[in-house]
Amino acid sequence: MAKIRNIFLMVTCFCLTLPAISLASGGGGAPIVIVADTRKLTGLLAWWANLYNESHLYFTILTIILIPLIGVIFGTLADFVMHFVGIDLKSRELAEH
Amino acid sequence: MDWLYILMPIAGVKIFWPGLIILGIGVGVIGGFFGMGGAWMVTPGLNILGFPMAFAIGTDIAHMAGKSLISTMRHGKFGNVDYKLGFIMLFGTIAGFEIGAQMVMWLERIGNVEIVVRWIYLFLLTFIAWLVFHDVSKRKAKDRAAKAAGREVDALATGVEWHKTLHKIKIPPMVHLKEAGVYCSAWLPIFVSFFTGWLAGILGIGGGLIRMPSLIYLVGCPTHVAVGTDLFEVMISGLYGAGSYTAKGRVELVAAIIMLVGAAVGAQVGAVATKYIKGYGIRVAFGLAVIGCATSIVLKMITQWYPATKGILDPVSTVLILALVFGMALYITLKMVAGAKREIAAKKARA
Repeated sequence: MAKIRNIFLMVTCFCLTLPAISLASGGGGAPIVIVADTRKLTGLLAWWANLYNESHLYFTILTIILIPLIGVIFGTLADFVMHFVGIDLKSRELAEH
Repeated sequence: MDWLYILMPIAGVKIFWPGLIILGIGVGVIGGFFGMGGAWMVTPGLNILGFPMAFAIGTDIAHMAGKSLISTMRHGKFGNVDYKLGFIMLFGTIAGFEIGAQMVMWLERIGNVEIVVRWIYLFLLTFIAWLVFHDVSKRKAKDRAAKAAGREVDALATGVEWHKTLHKIKIPPMVHLKEAGVYCSAWLPIFVSFFTGWLAGILGIGGGLIRMPSLIYLVGCPTHVAVGTDLFEVMISGLYGAGSYTAKGRVELVAAIIMLVGAAVGAQVGAVATKYIKGYGIRVAFGLAVIGCATSIVLKMITQWYPATKGILDPVSTVLILALVFGMALYITLKMVAGAKREIAAKKARA
């Protein structure tokens, strides 16, 4: 028990000193700008590529909203299909490690 | 056959879209079953389909966020997600991840980043694989001993019991994690999440591969709860990562959405399959996945030591990963179908 407590303490101390080391290192790569080529695109895809070129902020906000939304829609649809097949989707009987 | 290809508006490459759906289904099944994002499987897959590496990582993380949300919803309904544990771990994960990422920058400046990362990753995967199979063999030994004594072994019995020792550390505040059935110091999940987040930050992965076994062996969660809670973590970190990569212009949302079509079905299949497979069955399959991942890394390392083998071993590594993905996805799907058939037949018999 005492041994484990000592190891726990040592690893905690090590992790606590990490921020100083890592913050001191700082830095990062040179920024690379990627521009979408909209010449071959039409309709929704062209609008999406233009949004990317004009504002990464709006593009990011929309992406962050769309991903969970689409996930929920597809998930609910798959749920509906599985429920229709007759699988119980609300409980799990297996209770063990 | 031009209709089978779609022009990606941001990356500017034409991609075989059915390939994206198939990849989505494969990693969706595995992710929903094991509770991980599966970046190590998706990134080479996207690369093969023709994505530039810069977009492959960002697109993978974006689809991972949506996929984990679907799996978390399903596992939540089965009672497999300990939200309290998930929220506690979130702080440690984010702090650890950021520090790990900063350390990579530091290692990059020294010039050793790739070697260090590959060795840490390999050591870690070997350790996890050993831990899983050591646990399984210990549990089997307990089973045999109980049978020899004419008893039945407790369903909640485990092979490796490190968590029991860690639960004896009573540093306040103490927390009761209802779904996980664990009473421990709040510092234990915080410390575990910080450590796993730090490793994930250094390795540049989502962290499910490390967090899932940590939840089982260090925090003491039952396998199903570890899977569900880990997916909750992957969902949050996936959304954070998707935001971060999108802001840097490295996400191809069209591809992520196409993958989500397949992943939505796959994630449901994987999550529902946990209903029919015992906790130790999940652990064994997880151990095999870890071995596959480790083998692909060894192959990559060999190509660095002997560049002449690159032409042969790089494709071998990619084929190995993809074969593993589809082999496992198929196995899990078959188990799920067999379980569902039994359940439906039993329902009909009762009616």
